[in-house]
Amino acid sequence: MAVPPESAAKAAAPQASGEPALRKEHTRRDHVVIRFAGDSGDGMQLAGMQFTTESALAGNDIATLPDFPAEIRAPAGTLAGVSGFQLNFSSSEIFTSGDEPEVMVAMNPAALKANLGDLAPNAVIIVDKEAFTESNLKRAGYESNPLTDGSLEKFQVFQVEVSRLTTLALHGMGLNNRAAFRCRNLFVLGMVSWLYQRPIESTIAWLEGRFKKNPELFEANSRALKAGFNFGETTEMFASSYEIAPAKIQPGRYRNITGNSATALGFLAAAVKSGRPLFLGSYPITPASDVLHELSTFKNFPVYTFQAEDEIAGVSSAVGAAFGGAIAITTTSGPGMNLKAEAVGLAVKTELPLIITDIQRAGPSTGMPTKPEQADLLMAMYGRHGESPLPIIAAATPSDCFDCAYEAVRIALKYMTPVVLLTDGQLANSSEPWVLPDPDKLPEIKVELRTDPKGFMPYIRDEETLSRPWAVPGTPGLEHRIGGLSSENLTGNISYSPANNELMVRTRSRKIAGVTREIPATQVFGDQGGGDLAILAWGSTYGSVREAVKQARDHGQSVSHVHLRYLNPLPADLGDTLRRFKKVMVVEMNLGQLIKMIRADYLIDAFGFNKVQGRPFKVSEIVNRINCALEG
Amino acid sequence: MATALTRKDFVSDQEVRWCPGCGDYAILAAVQKAMPEFGIPRENIVFISGIGCSSRFPYYMDTYGFHTIHGRAPAIATGLKVTRPDLDVWVVTGDGDGLSIGGNHLIHVLRRNVDLRILLFNNKIYGLTKGQYSPTSEIGKVTKSTPLGSIDYPFNPIKVALGAHAAFVARSIDVEQKHLGEMLKRSHDHRGAAFLEILQNCNIFNDGAFNDLSDKTIKADHQLVLEHGKPLVFGKNRDKGIRMNGMRPEVVAIGNGLSVDDLVVHDEKNLSLAFMLANFEPPMPTPIGVFYAEERPTYDALINKQLADAKAKQGPGDLRKLLNRGDVWDVN
Ligand SMILES: Cc1ncc(C[n+]2csc(CCOP(=O)(O)OP(=O)(O)O)c2C)c(N)n1
Ligand code: SF4
Ligand SMILES: [Mg+2]
Repeated sequence: MAVPPESAAKAAAPQASGEPALRKEHTRRDHVVIRFAGDSGDGMQLAGMQFTTESALAGNDIATLPDFPAEIRAPAGTLAGVSGFQLNFSSSEIFTSGDEPEVMVAMNPAALKANLGDLAPNAVIIVDKEAFTESNLKRAGYESNPLTDGSLEKFQVFQVEVSRLTTLALHGMGLNNRAAFRCRNLFVLGMVSWLYQRPIESTIAWLEGRFKKNPELFEANSRALKAGFNFGETTEMFASSYEIAPAKIQPGRYRNITGNSATALGFLAAAVKSGRPLFLGSYPITPASDVLHELSTFKNFPVYTFQAEDEIAGVSSAVGAAFGGAIAITTTSGPGMNLKAEAVGLAVKTELPLIITDIQRAGPSTGMPTKPEQADLLMAMYGRHGESPLPIIAAATPSDCFDCAYEAVRIALKYMTPVVLLTDGQLANSSEPWVLPDPDKLPEIKVELRTDPKGFMPYIRDEETLSRPWAVPGTPGLEHRIGGLSSENLTGNISYSPANNELMVRTRSRKIAGVTREIPATQVFGDQGGGDLAILAWGSTYGSVREAVKQARDHGQSVSHVHLRYLNPLPADLGDTLRRFKKVMVVEMNLGQLIKMIRADYLIDAFGFNKVQGRPFKVSEIVNRINCALEG
Repeated sequence: MATALTRKDFVSDQEVRWCPGCGDYAILAAVQKAMPEFGIPRENIVFISGIGCSSRFPYYMDTYGFHTIHGRAPAIATGLKVTRPDLDVWVVTGDGDGLSIGGNHLIHVLRRNVDLRILLFNNKIYGLTKGQYSPTSEIGKVTKSTPLGSIDYPFNPIKVALGAHAAFVARSIDVEQKHLGEMLKRSHDHRGAAFLEILQNCNIFNDGAFNDLSDKTIKADHQLVLEHGKPLVFGKNRDKGIRMNGMRPEVVAIGNGLSVDDLVVHDEKNLSLAFMLANFEPPMPTPIGVFYAEERPTYDALINKQLADAKAKQGPGDLRKLLNRGDVWDVN
């Protein structure tokens, strides 16, 4: 939450370090929400990401939210081409990337215009003054220059000649204007790094790696970075820098991680743990492609990645790999999810382990490809023909994607079933610090390939889990045929017997229902024994809901939060848990999907709070809704 | 398995349920007969099919088998073969399965050259759904769904395969057991995607579609048997052949000053010739045999080589090391 500038305590002494004492004032803040905004080509994602790393290394808790257009390069200077990166960094635990930026860097008029409405009152705006040319103003749809027409009165505006100063810093290197222009983001990063007293060494090291083959560009970028830093130090413009003390967080080794990276690593870890090769069959689609990209770099583990001709081939190839004994994954987003349905049904029917990852985006149809939504839940539940149940797991935060991907594999193998893993575009690209897991302490994943021909039948079942044996081609004596046609219990031979069909349908359904034994007791954040209001949520709404509930509880309201990881089957104790509350509100980025399941399963008269703007819930929106709910 | 296998070892215990007289029986018999000659243990053989009468095939083979979904067998087989290069993977598909709903997967599997044997049973009809026209049905085909005759131009499977740059392309006929056996062997011996079109009679919905090629009394005048290095001769009395007239192939009678030496000699390695022969449709004789065979690195071998190279270069995967990669920091 935005801390009003008045409440910021002044720190007496500059940061202890070997450096000479800073001349300038040094103000302590609890946390800051900053947004870097510019044209798609201005390198704002990169500046944001590096600033995130600097802040993480400084010990802050962090949460990020990149926001980029679907177009790769919309016409320069237009609103459609604005790309943003928001970071909340804090000296205490945080759950979201922040409702309203208190600081914004705007590299051109379009970036200013597109983001102004989101800013906190009295926010700091740093602009590249020189980018506010007549033609740029026109492209952004400004009639007059906001830097001079008084329309930014409510904000603290700092006009910096970023372009000129960057060019100056590169003087004598003989770079052309275009190359110099492209270093502006590093200048800005340097300036902001000074403003928040972030050491820039990690960025310099990073630049070194990135431009290993181009020492000239390394030189240019690091010069721009240092010039920005020194500019902050010397300019009259900034009277003070800020200090955000390290957060008290759980001890351990950390790295900053996005949801997509965590998903890829979770799959990899599960494969390593199971001792089986990993196979990913996938077709590129935003925002899922990065999982394909990342897994493609782990070939030595071994990891097979197959960029298929379409999503159908992506999932089908994974079904084939599962038949052969690999940890089989497919990744996609909504439109691809539709295409995969029939092949997933085949995996349900033939009881093969497979993980279908849906990194949800705003739909229907192409919708808003780079924006998150949670409207694929009922498709994951019911979007196949016939009785086709499968477990569904949803990740709550970027780092939780690791645990959920891992768990999805574990359950798929233990129950010989396809599993749907749901994340979304927000989790995919946003990041947070992650305590590195100890590979030795990850839950066990046991794979027992069937080898004994004695008594083997394709659909003979484990007594507890009801899972069938994984009997892979190449095993002597186990030759058998499976397929999509209704099959006889045990033998798997084609069978059209009505009673047998019902037996098999019910058995598969019981098998999936039995996955509840994997689900730990439901955790209630707040009043375990019940109270006035429970908020039930799933997926990426976690941060906003948790922060809102915390705030409400700090105000003495009886509000609790239940967050679901397992969406099918639902936890066995969920109905009883929810019944202990007078009211149940289901918060979702759709028009009400989980709520339908809750009402149908438990006959609980829950009500929904929904948003489908391709943007996460703001904490304040949920706080307001809580107030209404408790009044009404 | 130490002892040599026989045809019987490949016969499963399932009752075969094709219509009596269906050409699929002959193909099944040829495959079961050919299998023991390949000397591959049964457990290493997998048949993967889509949906259609033809795609019931795996149930009747006592090997590993997977009867999947309509059109997707090539993709499923790709996932299996890539991760299990040790297996001998066969795909069975139909003209609808492989060229209509699954056309996309078929061209891509051929282009990638995944080491699979792909048997396309072409009966020029949808058998299983009871007789609609298919993408290989001749124009004007009257079926239940085209009472006034079909109006879309058919695919020629051989041309589709060549167009997709398949590395091995061949054609045979259900009733030509000896030829079919040879073609199965050639397909089997080829490393890479081997595409074998098998002309198959559906005696229920499209009976006699290949009569010219199977009727013993006339077939010799309609079949052009392709043999590498041999001149293109055909006819009951082997008195006809194919000659180039400038850029155009033509049928000529041998004799009257024309000898075998004037005819085109078949060359499996000549892609242009393969395209030309693929274009032969009546009244030209219908070629059967190997149109084209080229050795080209296979997709599954290449991907496994990339994995092996990565391992040699980076060492075996180390999860702990990977997790600790990049910017990490310690909180005490
Ligand atoms: C997704 C889907 N669409 C349609 C069908 C119905 N269908 C089954 S087989 C078939 C056509 C099969 O024709 P072909 O591949 O030529 O096989 P044949 O029966 O002639 O051997 C169709 C349309 C299906 N099973 N699945
Ligand atoms: S319908 Fe035709 S293709 Fe199918 S089994 Fe009968 S004869 Fe064979
Ligand atoms: Mg057919």
